[in-house]
Amino acid sequence: MPESAGASEKRVAIEARGIVKTFGQGANALRALDNVSIVIRENEFFTLLGPSGCGKTTLLRLIAGFEYPTEGAILLYGEDIAGLPPFKRPVNTVFQSYALFPHLTVAENVAFGLQMLGRSKAEIDARVSEVLALVRMQELAARRTDQISGGQAQRVALARALAPSPKVLLLDEPLSALDYKLRKEMQIELKRMQAETGITFVFVTHDQEEALTMSDRIAVMSKGRVLQIGSPWDIYDKPADRFVADFIGETNFLSAIVLGVADGVAKVRLTSGAEISATLAEGGVAEGEATVVVRPEHARAVKDGGQIAGVVENVVYFGTDTHIHVRLDDGEMFIVRQQNSRTQSCGFEVGDRAGVEIDADAAQVLKD
Amino acid sequence: MASAAEIASQARRTEVRDRWLLSAPALLIIFVAAIGPLFVMLAYSFMVKGDYGDVKFGQYSLDGWFSVFLQRDIFDDTLTFADAHLSIFWRSIKLSFLTTVSTLLLGFPTAYFIATRPRHTREIWVFLVTIPFWTNLLIRTFAMQQVIRNEGIVNSLLRWVGVIDEPLQIMHTDWAILFGMVYVYLPLMVLPLYASMEKLDFRLVEAGYDLYAGRLQVLRRIIIPLVSPGIIAGSILVFIPSLGAYVIPRVLGGGKNMMLGNLIELQFGAGRNWPLGAALSITLMVLVMVALLFYVRNASRSGATHG
Ligand SMILES: Nc1ncnc2c1ncn2[C@@H]1O[C@H](COP(=O)(O)OP(=O)(O)OP(=O)(O)O)[C@@H](O)[C@H]1O
Ligand SMILES: [Mg+2]
Repeated sequence: MPESAGASEKRVAIEARGIVKTFGQGANALRALDNVSIVIRENEFFTLLGPSGCGKTTLLRLIAGFEYPTEGAILLYGEDIAGLPPFKRPVNTVFQSYALFPHLTVAENVAFGLQMLGRSKAEIDARVSEVLALVRMQELAARRTDQISGGQAQRVALARALAPSPKVLLLDEPLSALDYKLRKEMQIELKRMQAETGITFVFVTHDQEEALTMSDRIAVMSKGRVLQIGSPWDIYDKPADRFVADFIGETNFLSAIVLGVADGVAKVRLTSGAEISATLAEGGVAEGEATVVVRPEHARAVKDGGQIAGVVENVVYFGTDTHIHVRLDDGEMFIVRQQNSRTQSCGFEVGDRAGVEIDADAAQVLKD
Repeated sequence: MASAAEIASQARRTEVRDRWLLSAPALLIIFVAAIGPLFVMLAYSFMVKGDYGDVKFGQYSLDGWFSVFLQRDIFDDTLTFADAHLSIFWRSIKLSFLTTVSTLLLGFPTAYFIATRPRHTREIWVFLVTIPFWTNLLIRTFAMQQVIRNEGIVNSLLRWVGVIDEPLQIMHTDWAILFGMVYVYLPLMVLPLYASMEKLDFRLVEAGYDLYAGRLQVLRRIIIPLVSPGIIAGSILVFIPSLGAYVIPRVLGGGKNMMLGNLIELQFGAGRNWPLGAALSITLMVLVMVALLFYVRNASRSGATHG
């Protein structure tokens, strides 16, 4: 699904310009964020995706105002917010550690922000029960927060951040402690809320599936850098480099030689000698040695023929589909994902010889 | 074979027995050293005073208790309130209360400061706070005297700056006692406060800021409720010894500004009225207990005694 046409007309909610954040000094200095620039539009569901320690929480903390950037600026609706303390920013956070107040009940936690904003008691009560219903925590409203489970605490944290209806909601892995079913439900609720309230969501997750299904756009981060920003479709189908391709979904990497480029389509020769055409990632290698990526579902195992071939090393049944691991003749591993049919097995057994047929337009040349 | 229930009850019995055995030495010390003398005091307070101190065993009277609050006029035998005693009670309670409040106000920012230092430097600060304990209380009190007496540092400085012409009479006033007690008992407030602030999860403070609470609100709504165990412990640790303070009012307050501790000492010493001294001691204890009950009840009502 390409980026919706209306998105680019929306106002910019948050802009990070050349953010650098270093912790510590001298030899111990650590660059948690390295020249990060991001534009997040109003009412966008923007996801920060990356492995542990890549700087996701740090970026959220800078937006919330708990840390100040070493270099660069953060703009909220076009205004530099460097001078605003956290309690003056119309931004609420769902903390990774929940950070619920242990001396208050669930309901008092949720009411806290509204009380600080000086809302009337009636309004607060109404809003608290509204958001508690949203996260299915009405029954435990009077509980103390050290007497609820991790998943319940996470939902209270979500309710507490939602209650004051902030312009921007920062969510630091807000669903990580929930079971699969509840997580799916909360994902749908969050999307619904985003549509109804116009709140801008900045969402942090480890979970690539969650990122792909929920986001309008995703920023893939690694080691303090933003590697690629784009719609889920962009990120999945046109990964900019090896890290992104590897991090999101399963991918096959093939070494190849780029023979030439015409109209943005490269002609590449695989080690098997077969020549295929491949799209070119932005800044991809125009000639010479390169890596080509092919998603497992964009190839088929065939008895004979195919551009490359090898020996079946493993057949893994997944219910909806089967993964066939083929050890190619040049020693690389190639995984093919095939949908299962009800009546037939995939037709391959360990040790069989198999050819791999790569779909037209399925291959892409990476930039590394 | 024993059933699970039997094994469980056996285990429970063993546990109970072990617990008693383990606590026996502590219980012994408590009875011999603390509760025993207390009963001796109680008994003394109901006896007739001896002519040269001590008590006359076997002769009982309520005179000791009687003269805690009342006095008989030597000429016409009329009963009046023992104004001198009452004013000493009042001074003790007032000064102890003021000391507790002052040490809390001074100690809270100090403890907060220490708790927010990097972990490895905190120990140094705590160490610095405990330095006054290294010297004897009497010596510290005399040091305070050097600071506040008419020719002392404070007065010299103020005169040198030109704020005052005549030295301020601080010595031998209630102020002197207050300064002395605040100085001596401040560490007793800082340490428990620091202990609970160190456990404070500062991410909760961030969460407060995130939810639009300003600095004062965060202090009032988050930090104070969370460190209230430290506030309670510190207040108790300061209030109780203040109420029974002896050395500080003796040295800084002079003969006139007595506190309960001095009054009690007087009865057992020059006053040669042990029953009155014993009755006063027990009254002091009751005062402490009442104050504690009052404090703990208030504290738990405000929801402060959580986890
Ligand atoms: N206050 C700090 N002092 C020193 N280093 C820090 C501090 N906060 C974060 N870091 C470091 O900065 C880097 C980025 O941390 P951050 O918390 O942003 O990671 P993250 O992407 O949120 O990881 P995770 O997915 O595990 O939560 C890490 O290497 C971390 O050790
Ligand atoms: Mg994090």
